[in-house]
Amino acid sequence: MDIPLTFVTMHELSIAQSIIELAEEKARERHALEIEELELEIGRLAGVELQTLDFALESAMKGTMLRNARIVRRYIEGKGRCSDCGTEFVTNELFAPCPSCGSWLIDIVKGKELRVKSIVIK
Amino acid sequence: MCGTCGCGEHHHSHEHGHEHTHPHEHEHHHHDGSTVIDVEQDILQRNNLLAERNRGYFDAKNLFVLNLMSSPGSGKTTLLEETIRRLKGKQAVYVIEGDQQTSNDANRIAALGVPVFQVNTGTGCHLEASMVNHAVKHLAPEDDSILFIENVGNLVCPAMFDLGEAKKVVIVSTTEGDDKPLKYPHIFYGADICIINKIDLTPYLNTDVGVLKENALKVNHHLQVFEVSATQGEGMDKWCEWLLFECAKCK
Repeated sequence: MDIPLTFVTMHELSIAQSIIELAEEKARERHALEIEELELEIGRLAGVELQTLDFALESAMKGTMLRNARIVRRYIEGKGRCSDCGTEFVTNELFAPCPSCGSWLIDIVKGKELRVKSIVIK
Repeated sequence: MCGTCGCGEHHHSHEHGHEHTHPHEHEHHHHDGSTVIDVEQDILQRNNLLAERNRGYFDAKNLFVLNLMSSPGSGKTTLLEETIRRLKGKQAVYVIEGDQQTSNDANRIAALGVPVFQVNTGTGCHLEASMVNHAVKHLAPEDDSILFIENVGNLVCPAMFDLGEAKKVVIVSTTEGDDKPLKYPHIFYGADICIINKIDLTPYLNTDVGVLKENALKVNHHLQVFEVSATQGEGMDKWCEWLLFECAKCK
């Protein structure tokens, strides 16, 4: 079902539009006609709802250089570091106690990424 | 090796012998005429760059800028009104109001004699750096002022968009329940300050302010927490003292 973009209110739409702007800018610099593939890196803790982003991208890519592009998603696992004992651990929650000492003084060191990694142009 | 076509490194055309004056992308040509470009850029970089431009402008003018974020109805505008009343005569204040529709909030602030600019985002669910840039040009704030940016009432989307502010402030009211920070962690994770508002209502609610504060600190142990009642005045002096102290540091 096509929902007009003007009725969609979510930050994933802004993110989808930013992805398209960035990819088209890079493709135009090289006088490409089309973008065949778009590779994204998305951290598990980036705060992006993946299904919503897919929906927003699918709608926003229409009529752009990305209209036929394959989307490759690479996910980056979240990693926290305990400020008390220094333990680093994999986490897909923004808040989780340290698995070693139980402290809640955790800093997220990985998993907030939101990047366009590469594009394939023609 | 390329994961798409399997061609080796000899196809890469890297040039590292020059100084980079622009972000540099690597290219990698395939046999079928297509080219892989390693972009490696943050998706929000356009907003982030504009936010840094705003930040440079704020720094140069010694402006102390706060981005106020909360769900609708947490009392952002009332908190702002009461803060302005207390700062009046002591500190120059400017306000940018973000809402999807109406100028209601801007009218409330303007009634206090404070310069205010209303941004209507239409269907947009958050403010972006470009909107703040536009609003600031209209406001033309004097040096050494405080600029409050009241974001669109939304506890999700504003979390991701840097506006160039010095401090991100998340406001949560006791009427929202004490588990709000756990349900919407991103906004609490990204904030510097957490204001717990409507503490005067706790006798009528099941919310435990101690648990609410504990939950906020579980998500982000760097948070500085203020407990206030904007309408009854409790905690407001401490909050305003902090504002004046931080603003003086900008000079």
